[in-house]
Formats: sequence, C-alpha cells, structure tokens
Amino acid sequence: MGEVTTAVLGNEHGFATTRFDALLGWARKYSLFQYPFVTACCAMEHMATAGARYDIERFGAGAPRFSPRQSDLLWVVGTIVQKQAPVLRRIYEQMTEPKYVIAFGTCASCGGFYDNYATLPGIDKVVPVDVFIPGCPPRPEAVLDGLMLLMEKVQNGNREPAVLPPPQQLPPLVQLRDKRTA
Amino acid sequence: MSKQVLSLLQERFGAKILAVDSFRGDDEAHVAPEAWHEVALFLRDDPACAMDHFIDLTAVDYPEREPEQPRFDVLVFLRSLRKKHRIRLKTRVRDGQQLDSLTSVWAGANWTEREAFDLFGVRFKSHPDLRRILMYDEFVGHPLRKDYPIQKTQPLVAYREVGATKLPPFGADEGTPFARIDWLARMQGRNQQVSPAIAVQQGQQPALSIRREDTGPDAPLGQPVRPDQPGQPDQLGSKA
Repeated sequence: MGEVTTAVLGNEHGFATTRFDALLGWARKYSLFQYPFVTACCAMEHMATAGARYDIERFGAGAPRFSPRQSDLLWVVGTIVQKQAPVLRRIYEQMTEPKYVIAFGTCASCGGFYDNYATLPGIDKVVPVDVFIPGCPPRPEAVLDGLMLLMEKVQNGNREPAVLPPPQQLPPLVQLRDKRTA
Repeated sequence: MSKQVLSLLQERFGAKILAVDSFRGDDEAHVAPEAWHEVALFLRDDPACAMDHFIDLTAVDYPEREPEQPRFDVLVFLRSLRKKHRIRLKTRVRDGQQLDSLTSVWAGANWTEREAFDLFGVRFKSHPDLRRILMYDEFVGHPLRKDYPIQKTQPLVAYREVGATKLPPFGADEGTPFARIDWLARMQGRNQQVSPAIAVQQGQQPALSIRREDTGPDAPLGQPVRPDQPGQPDQLGSKA
C-alpha cells in the first residue's frame, strides 16, 4: 500500500489521517478473526482468556472462526506432532492474507519437553510465527500481553518474530513464594 | 488369589508354561510363544479363570539379550470381573518372528497389537488389520526399539530455515534436550551446562553426551544437531 497523503480535515467530531497504512493497521489490529488450532492442555488457558474474567473480546479478537478461510489470526495452542504438521501447514495456507500466527505455550514454540521422534520442535519449522508466548501453560495475562504485542506489530507492519518478554513485575503469588524461599 | 489360575495353567499346559512368578499380588505366567493363543483361549473360556476383561497388550525391547534369547517381551494384562482376579502373560519373540494374534480371543487386542507392531515391530499372525496406528505410514522403523536413534525424526513437511530468527529463551537447541546432557559430568561437578547450545551461548566448552560422529568432527559447535545425518548405526533402513 502506498502512502495516501490526503488529509481529511475535520471539525471536533471528525478525524484526520495522513497515512493509509496506519489506518489499515489500526483497523486490522482491532478486528483479528482467530482460528484456534487447539491440541493440548494449553487449551484451558486459551478458554480462560476467552472467558468473562480476562475477556479477549475487549481487544476485538474474541470471535473464533472455525474455517481458516475466514480468519487472519492462527492460534496454535499445544503440542504439534510430526503427523499433524502437514495439517497445520495446510490450515495456514488456506488462511486469507494478511495472516498472523501466535505460538501459544512452550510446546508450540519449541516442542517443550517432548524431545523425541514424534514431536515437531516448534511450529516455526513449518509455518512462520509472529509472536511466541512462552509458558507451560502461559497465564491468561501472558496471553493478553502476547496479543497486545501482536497488535502492536500489526499496527507497525512488523513481521519479525517476537518472543513475549517475561513480566517486569512478578504476579503477587510468585512474589510471595520468592520471599519465602529467600 | 490368582495363584490358583497359575496352578491351573501349569496343570493344563505343563512345559508350555516356562515359568510362573508371583510378587506382591502380581501373578505372571511366562508362556511359550507357540502356546500363546491356546493359553489365552483357555483363560477366557475356563470357568475357573473367566478372564473376561482384556486390559492391555504391550511389548518391551531388550536388544542386549540377543542372540541367546529373543529380544522382545510381549505382555498381556488380563482381569476377571466375575472372579475378581488378574494375571499377566508374558512371552518372548525374536525380531520378525510371528506371534499369534489375540484379536479372535478378545476384540480389544486389535488396536493394542497394532500399537505393539507400530512402535516395536512385533508381528502378529492372522491379525485382521496389521498396520500402523500411531505413527504415520511414511515412518521408517519402529521408534520404541532401543536401537532407534534417540534424536532421529522423520518430518513429513520440509522444515523452514529458522536460523537466527529464533530468540531466547528458545534457541538452536530446542525443547528440553535431556538426551543431550552429559549427566555424568554434571554429577561429578565438571560441567553444569544445561544443554550444548546454551553452553555455546555462555562461552563454555560443551560436553556432548552424544557421540562425536553424530555431528561430525568439523561441525561447528552450537549448530542444531541434525538427526537425519548419518553416523548412528541405523539398521532400520533409511529413505535417503
């Protein structure tokens, strides 16, 4: 998309934009249609994220589409085995452009503790990944952080893979545990 | 409890029961492979045994036993819901040796025998549908055999080159490579590394528990170990 430099002059009810990319990115990041490719125990945290307490709908990414042709965000939630890899690849190829992929949890990111003949060591061996969310499984807060990281990347048009960094401040329960062991 | 069953078996089959063993309530009969089917049929139909519940069938690989003894143990776990007793049957088969299928005795043996065939390569005679059940058809070899190379994978999709795009905490040496850690060196305190690739990141000399020829003497350290490279003795045959 080239830059469209037409400025829309508005009054107090209107808005102005100078870059079409920025507008498009803004629109895309708040309307991610997700396809959940859910294979393992991380599904519990995925459901928790979708539930009322964490409410992924706040970010406009709540609506699951159970056809890859209608979705632009692929959540790979759980362990992927070698037998399943062609299926995942095919699902990815069926998705509409622009398409984004989140590797949810350690198994999807790198194979986790399954270091064996059956398990795919990270889905990025088969499909390109935008955001890796570590954790076994990641907490819903981490999932939302990962989603926000992806939204930022969608806004900026940045397709480099990114790993969700560990939280700056530990959750209260972990802090308590650290104090006890110190 | 089911020692009674063991004595019944010995009474009925004599020398075909090679050994019996009872340990803390677990009773086991070691059966000659020729008598495998008839012993199973007897256990199911004899009113004193009445083994009406087939629990599981599995195999164990002891390659070091060859050539004196057959390398595979095939085990069947049975229970009688009516008589409330259990028994374990064991037999030994060589690689490629046919063992009678128990599918005609207990229908539940169908898929467990397919599993034993898939993962260990034990062959079952007169099985109605002996093909892989867990691994894919393109898979070569039997992965739970002890001589299956521990790092060998057989991907169905060609891997993308990810290289340096993989960021910490994920690295070249992905997963939790328990198999690649030199545990002896760690126990002796000579090396505290968690994996070869992390050791390279930290500037240590990696202690590879894998044999050198797996990566080749000239392979740069820290490169992901390619499981498909030659070096391991591979008796399973390879597509390459």
